[in-house]
Amino acid sequence: MPTLPLIAVDRVDKRFPGGLLALSAVSMTVAAGEFVSLLGPSGCGKSTVLRLVAGLDDASAGSLRSPARDGGGSGQTAFVFQEPTLMPWATVFDNVWLPLRLQGLRRGDAAPRVHQVLADVGLAEFERAYPAALSGGMKMRASIARALVTRPRVLLMDEPFAALDEITRQRLDADLLHWWQQQGVAALFVTHSVAEAVFLSQRVLVMTARPGRVAAELAVAEPYPRSAEFRLSPRFAAACRTLGQALESASAEADSSPGDGR
Amino acid sequence: MNAVKRAWLPALVLLGLLGGWEALVRLASIPAYTLPAPSLVAATLWQHAPSLAASWWFTLKVTFGALALAVAGGALIAAVFAMSPSAERALFPVAVVLQVTPIVAVAPLILIYVESTTAALLLCAWIVAFFPVLANTVVGLRAADPQLHDLFRLHRATRWQRLALLRLPAALPYFMAGLKISGGLSLIGAVTAEMVAGAAGRETGLASRILEASFRTETPKMFAALTLLVATGVMIFWLSNALSRRLLGHWHASELPRRD
Repeated sequence: MPTLPLIAVDRVDKRFPGGLLALSAVSMTVAAGEFVSLLGPSGCGKSTVLRLVAGLDDASAGSLRSPARDGGGSGQTAFVFQEPTLMPWATVFDNVWLPLRLQGLRRGDAAPRVHQVLADVGLAEFERAYPAALSGGMKMRASIARALVTRPRVLLMDEPFAALDEITRQRLDADLLHWWQQQGVAALFVTHSVAEAVFLSQRVLVMTARPGRVAAELAVAEPYPRSAEFRLSPRFAAACRTLGQALESASAEADSSPGDGR
Repeated sequence: MNAVKRAWLPALVLLGLLGGWEALVRLASIPAYTLPAPSLVAATLWQHAPSLAASWWFTLKVTFGALALAVAGGALIAAVFAMSPSAERALFPVAVVLQVTPIVAVAPLILIYVESTTAALLLCAWIVAFFPVLANTVVGLRAADPQLHDLFRLHRATRWQRLALLRLPAALPYFMAGLKISGGLSLIGAVTAEMVAGAAGRETGLASRILEASFRTETPKMFAALTLLVATGVMIFWLSNALSRRLLGHWHASELPRRD
């Protein structure tokens, strides 16, 4: 018997108070443990989809189901923002402890899990450091550690590596796949990079420009674990080409349609 | 060593100014009742040390008492405003009225209504000093990163968790900026109120000594009292800077080592 998807977005519209229609009839699903990327041009509403799934915003029409919206436990959904969004006044340990602390877990009780997740992301030696002393990549690692510390069922990531240099970004992409497999979490990853979407995902959903909707879907059949060699393979190049074309036609389609700006 | 390096330049300027002042008075034979030389001011300080020390202690008590009340009152009212927007709408205008009314004009009334002169002086200094802490902390409590607010919402933080773990720490740099202003204002408030009160009450502070000396044209004594007021102001400035470094030095851009 097929199981219900963990996240189900069905014909969802989002209109902002000023009248701007950001999303139009967006439909998509993410199964437990699946890695799905949302790819689209800037301003197409990718981040809005994440916020709706996280329960940080409400849809104007359509139906939405996700652990965050269905009243599941507070640690079931984790969000990694475009910026590391660490509390600058708190040490790396205290930043990672935060979600558990909000659940009422004391420092001593949370410590083993915080130590473990910091070791997993390679920050074991930086527990006592303040964010100001970390590099951009290390800050993002701390941010991901904070997301993983509650062992969430859903990991929402909003272009988390967009501001990083290419080498750091590729390293974090590879590490992210490792953590995703280790935790068995469902990942919904927003990006505007075709190559990043192909490298990471099992499925890529291509969104049109505003008002955003899902215009195409591409499955990436490459098995995991995916190594750096995959990036150099003809299969990777072919998938990037197909996805690039889908993105281009989705953008062209949006340009030619009248849309609904107001 | 670094502290010594940083201190030598301002110390040199200060010594130069004092030396120039001393030379000017001596060379131009300016009478002491017009402008006393720094050496005479120092001698007067020494000569009147017991009475000036008692007055200084009184001024210190009023100043630091008012500052403590300004910090507690300003931060507490700001936290209430942050928790209740309707309280802010209702009470902020009152705070503004208190701030914009010249203390020199209100002090005589306060001295009539409040029986204890010390309490009246404290109240005057508090009125002058509390607003910067309040206004800055109110802004700071709203200044936390919106994405951190989202994170707290995602994890279903209570209002108190949000206040204690997010809004108060985020407000700290703003609070410190307010404290630095309030520190100076509490001294100004204490001295102004005492000037208005005159020599009323059993205990009197440095402002009373200055008034008293001016009636008797004891200019060196005025300068001696003034020196102690300046020292108090510098001490408050130094203490608030040290506190700021202690609280923000490891994370906030305003206190991190400069890279230029």
